[in-house]
Amino acid sequence: MTRRRAVLCVRVAVLAALVILLELCCRTGIIDPLTVIAPSDMVASMVDLIGSGELNESIASTFSTIALAFVLAIGLGTLAGALIHRSPRLRDVSDPLLASYYSVPTFIFYPLLVALLGLGKPPLVVLGVLSAAPAVMISTLSGLDSVSSVLIKMARGHRLNRARTLWWIVLPAALPRLFTGFKLALSYALIGVIAGEFILSGTGLGYAISFAYQSFDNRAMYGVMLFVMLVAVTANGILYVWEGRLARRRSAR
Amino acid sequence: MSAPAVSEPSHVALNEVIRHYEGPPAIHALGPINLVIRGGEFFSIVGPSGCGKSTLLDVLSGLVRPTGGSVQFEGKELHGEVPDGIGVVFQEDSSMPWLSVRQNVGFGLRTSGLAKAEITERVDHAVSFMGLNQFADHYPAQLSGGMRQRVCIARTLVLRPRLILLDEPFGALDQQTRLLMGDELLRLWRETGATVLLITHALDEAAMLSDRVGVMSARPGRFIDMVETGWPRERDSRIVSDPQFGALTARLWSSLREESLKTMGRAA
Repeated sequence: MTRRRAVLCVRVAVLAALVILLELCCRTGIIDPLTVIAPSDMVASMVDLIGSGELNESIASTFSTIALAFVLAIGLGTLAGALIHRSPRLRDVSDPLLASYYSVPTFIFYPLLVALLGLGKPPLVVLGVLSAAPAVMISTLSGLDSVSSVLIKMARGHRLNRARTLWWIVLPAALPRLFTGFKLALSYALIGVIAGEFILSGTGLGYAISFAYQSFDNRAMYGVMLFVMLVAVTANGILYVWEGRLARRRSAR
Repeated sequence: MSAPAVSEPSHVALNEVIRHYEGPPAIHALGPINLVIRGGEFFSIVGPSGCGKSTLLDVLSGLVRPTGGSVQFEGKELHGEVPDGIGVVFQEDSSMPWLSVRQNVGFGLRTSGLAKAEITERVDHAVSFMGLNQFADHYPAQLSGGMRQRVCIARTLVLRPRLILLDEPFGALDQQTRLLMGDELLRLWRETGATVLLITHALDEAAMLSDRVGVMSARPGRFIDMVETGWPRERDSRIVSDPQFGALTARLWSSLREESLKTMGRAA
């Protein structure tokens, strides 16, 4: 426990030092405020923007899109992963495709998605799902691979039906790996949706950043960027803590 | 309801049982095997590695259908499903790491429809019977290999099986722990009155624990010797100092030596 705390202290100290360094550089003029504004100004800008309520609509729109993409990616990714796992032939075909999937920049399909689905939420959701679902598929496959065959035998020994075997044995046994996929899916859905808004959308936080950038409003741009970063880190942090709590039982302390 | 198990002269009967595995390459893993295990008997099977011992257990428990022949448990033929009354303990650790010891032990009772009080009582009894009281709220990762195997045995025990099948359950444990686990197994066998079938590669374990030992040949596995040990029902690991124990182990080895050489040759 002391070791864990020490690591945490050092981590926070490193981050704080970097922020302070940036603050000093900005305040002393080493870094031009047209390039980066001081972290304290970022925070002030973020507080102003959130307080003024002018971002409310963008926040609601972006996070509902991300949530939808995340949930769809988990549902579809898990389902597809489970189907591929059942068929060794399908597995042979899809393994290399999945492995190389993330070398394809899915964003380049955004214009196509707009042409097919129009502007607004649908192409953004699709983009979020496209970037998040394969991570879920990959982790579902590795999770199902990790379920030891003796546990399946044990389930048969207890005369469990398929649903119960799945719910009581397969799912909890695969959960640690599934969780890795969920965490990645959250990050990828967020990146996909915000990047999509950035490129070609009229709403959302990604658009707000892009709009501020194009109108040379550095203060607003960094304020929104900080907000997006904080939300992303917090959401991932929650999953991380939850995962840690599940994992701690499974490993000898 | 069938008659109580212990009084039945033939608890399990295998009749001309054969098991093939479809290839490629096709493998004739087992048989033909004819075997009758008496109710309440402690029966062990020894054989060279890869001789089909585990296959035999899978067939016996109903996990796997034999390719030919039939298996009867308490007078009823098995049909690819593990019947009520048979408990299996596997060679590999089959404890569930996401459940506490108590939850692991009670796992098989989730579908039993028993009252909560009855479940708690059975779990408590099995936990203390296997000496796991102190660890009831621990998770498997916090336990040693021997402790985890006890959890698996306790999980079988709560179901009150009339036939307990054990597939090299102590294979991964050190010698001292194995001797002690052997004592516990004997105690369990005496107190539950269940029929026990133990698969093992350790000749001394078979000689010490069993009423009768079946020696299997190299693949395809068949019985080549049947040894009655003649031990009293009240016995424990101290019989290893009995001269009879040495004689039994020697007899088992002389039956098995040729067969083991065959498998060595095959592996080389």
